[in-house]
Amino acid sequence: MERQEFNITAYTENHIGLLNRIAIIFSRRKINIESLNTSPSEIEGIHRFNIVINETEEVVRKICRQIEKQVEVLKVYYNTNDEVIWQEMALYKVPTDIIAERALVERLLRENGARAVVIRKDYTVFETTGHRQETDNLIRVLEPFGLIEFVRSARIAIIKASDGFHLKLNEFEETQPSDEVIENEYLNDRDGVFAM
Amino acid sequence: MSTQAQPVLEATTAETREISGAEVLLRGLLAEGVDTIFGYPGGAILPIYDALYDFKEELNHVLVRHEQGGIHAGQGYARASGKVGVVFATSGPGATNLITGLADAQIDSTPLVCITGQVFAHLLGSDAFQETDVINITAPVTKWNYQITEASEIPGILAKAFYIARSGRPGPVLIDITKNAQLDKIPFAGYEPCTHIRSYRPAPVVRPQAVTQAADLINQAQRPLVLWGQGVVLGAAEREFRAFIEKSGIPAAWTILGAGVLPADHPLNVGMLGMHGNYGPNVLTNECDVLIAIGMRFDDRVTGRLDKYARQAQVIHLDIDPSEIDKNVATTVAVWGDCKQTLPMLTRQVAERTHTAWRQRFAEFQAEEVDVVIREALFPTSAELTMGEVVQQLNELTQGEAILVTDVGQHQMVTCRYARLNESRRHITSGGLGTMGFALPAAIGAKFGQPERTVVAIIGDGGVQMTIQELGTLMQTGIAVKIIVLNNQFLGMVRQWQELFSERRYSFVDIQSPDYVTVARGYRIEGQSVSDRAALGPALQAMLAHPGSYMLEVMVAQEQNIFPMVPQGCSVSEIRLK
Repeated sequence: MERQEFNITAYTENHIGLLNRIAIIFSRRKINIESLNTSPSEIEGIHRFNIVINETEEVVRKICRQIEKQVEVLKVYYNTNDEVIWQEMALYKVPTDIIAERALVERLLRENGARAVVIRKDYTVFETTGHRQETDNLIRVLEPFGLIEFVRSARIAIIKASDGFHLKLNEFEETQPSDEVIENEYLNDRDGVFAM
Repeated sequence: MSTQAQPVLEATTAETREISGAEVLLRGLLAEGVDTIFGYPGGAILPIYDALYDFKEELNHVLVRHEQGGIHAGQGYARASGKVGVVFATSGPGATNLITGLADAQIDSTPLVCITGQVFAHLLGSDAFQETDVINITAPVTKWNYQITEASEIPGILAKAFYIARSGRPGPVLIDITKNAQLDKIPFAGYEPCTHIRSYRPAPVVRPQAVTQAADLINQAQRPLVLWGQGVVLGAAEREFRAFIEKSGIPAAWTILGAGVLPADHPLNVGMLGMHGNYGPNVLTNECDVLIAIGMRFDDRVTGRLDKYARQAQVIHLDIDPSEIDKNVATTVAVWGDCKQTLPMLTRQVAERTHTAWRQRFAEFQAEEVDVVIREALFPTSAELTMGEVVQQLNELTQGEAILVTDVGQHQMVTCRYARLNESRRHITSGGLGTMGFALPAAIGAKFGQPERTVVAIIGDGGVQMTIQELGTLMQTGIAVKIIVLNNQFLGMVRQWQELFSERRYSFVDIQSPDYVTVARGYRIEGQSVSDRAALGPALQAMLAHPGSYMLEVMVAQEQNIFPMVPQGCSVSEIRLK
C-alpha cells in the first residue's frame, strides 16, 4: 500500500494528559507526526485533534482504532487530503521601510491573499492562510525584501460533505449506554471515512 | 457491559459529614466490594495508611516486601478471583516499582486499581522529595490513569477507575493522589458507583449480520479450527464456549491464558498453541479452511511468522476489543462483542457436526508427539529428573484442583503443556510480558483470592531469585503457598536458545542459587530439596500435606530442552519435535 498524507480527526474529552496518551500511540510505532492541532470543538467540553501523518492506509486504520480505544476519546476518523478542506496559517515579519517604499511588495501580498496584522515603524506582520505550497510561495516572494521571521501553524481540516459532529454527539449521548450501533452514517461519503 | 463479577455497591452513610480524602477513598473501596489490598506505605501515602488503621477489620491489607511484589500479588488475586486487584504504593520509587506489574496487567488484560500517593499539589513539578511524574510514566502501561489534586475528586474518580478497570476488556488503572487531597476534609454523603462514561464504550455493539456470516462460513467448512484465549475467561463464557464447541464439533486449541476453559481431557481439546505448543494445532493451523479465533489476540508467540500464518484459511475473529481485529491477522468476518453474548448467537446458527476425519488428523499428530516428546518428558528413562515428571506427579496428587502459578521460562512452558487443567482460573502466569519474578507474589495474591484452594507456585531458579523477598510476606501473613523451585542451575530458556541458535555459547546463563531450603527456613517456612526420583513423590506429598507454606526445591536435568518448538522467525507448520 502506498504512503500518503492522512488527516486524522479525533473528538475527545478535554482532559489533562490525553495529548500525551495520543502522542505515545504514534511515538511507540516510530511514526512521525507531520502536524498536530488541538482545540475546542463546536461542542462544549469536546476537543478536536487534527493530526497529519504520512503512512499507508492500513497503518492509519490501526492507529485510529488504538486512539479510539483511549477512554477519553469519543470518535476518530481518517481522511485523505482529497476528502477534507484544510488550511494552515502563516505569519511573516518584514521590515516596514521596505514595504512602504516598494509598492511591488504590497501588490505581491495582495496577489497572495495576505493581510497586515500589525504595522510598526520597524516591522510589519502579514498573515496568510492556505495550503503548504501557498504559504511557502509567499516566503519566496518576501525573502528578497528582508523577511525577518516566519511562523506557520499546524494544519486544521474539516471533513467535506459532513453535517457536523455535534449531531453525531447528540445521538451518541442519547444512546449511551444503549446497545445501538453508532456508525458513520451522518457522513455522505461513507466509504471514504473510517468508522469503528 | 461488565465482564467481571459485580461488586456489592452501597452508600456507606446517608448523613453528610466532613471526612478526610483518605477516608473517602477507603469508604469507596469498601463500597466497591474490596476486601484485600496489597501495598507498601511511605511518606506520600501516609494519610491513607493512617486512615487504614481504623479500617483494619473491613479491609485486609497485605504488607508486601517490594511494590513489584505488591502489584503481582494484586494480579494473582484478580486472576484467581475474577475481582479487581487493589494495590497501594507511595510516590516516587514506590510508584515506579509498579511499572512492571502495570505493563504485565495491561498486556494480559488484568483488572487492577493502583493507588499511589503523590507529593503535595503545590510541590508538583518542583522535583520535590520522592516526586515523579507518575501519570506520564504510566500512561503507556495503563488502561486509564488520573491524578487527583483535590479531595472532592476522590469519590468520582475512584468510581470511574473501578468501572474502567473491570469493564469491557479489563486492564490496570492508576490513580495518583496528592497528599493534600488525602488530608483535606470534604462533606461525604455516600459513594455513587460509575456505570457510564460518555467517551468510553466497554464493548462494541454486536452486529447480528456478522454472526450470521460467521455461522455460514463455519457451516460450509470442512476443516475448521477454533483458537481460544483469555477472552472466554474474562467474559465468563466458559459454558457458552463449550456449548458452541460441542454442537459444532470443531477441534479447539488454546493460548496459555485461555488454559482450562475446555478440560484437558475433552475430546475436542486438541492442545496448546504457540512456540512450545502442541504439534497438531500448530501444523494444522496452516491446513484448516476456516480459523475461528475467540477472545485471543494472535500474539507473535502464537502465530510465529505472520506472512506464513494460516494464509489458506478464512478467518473469523470474535473479540470485545475492536482494535484487535485485523491488528495482526486479516479477518474475513469480524464478530465484535463480549463472547458471552456472541457465542450463544453463533451456537444457535451453526449446524451439528462431528468432523471425524479432520479430528483424526489431530490425533495422529498427538500420537507422534507422545512418541517423540511427551512420553520421555513425563516418564523419563534417564536418571535425571525432568520438569515434566514433576508436573505429572503434581497433577496426580492434586487432581487438577490446585491453582498453579508459574513464572517465566522452561518450567512455565512445561507446566502449560502438562498440567491437566479442567477449569479456567486454575493457571496464572505472565503471558504477554513474560515477567520473571511474577510467580511468587502472584501466588500469594491468588491464595488471598481463593483461600480455600491449594495454590502451588512453580518457579525456575532464575525467577524465584527476582522476588524472593516475598517469602517475608508469606511469613508475616501465615498463608499457605506451596513453592516448587525447578532448579536446573541455568537460566534454562535462554540457555536453550543459546544451544539451538548461538552454537552453545552459554553467555551468562549459569546462575548460582542459594540454599533455598535454608533461605526459606530463615523466613520460618518449611522445605526440602530433592534430586532423585524415589524422593520426588513423597516430597510432593509432604509439601501438599504441610499445613503452611512450603518450599520444595527439585534438582532437574541441567540441559533439558522444551519441545516441540517453533523457532523464532519460522512458521507454525515448521514446528520442530526435536
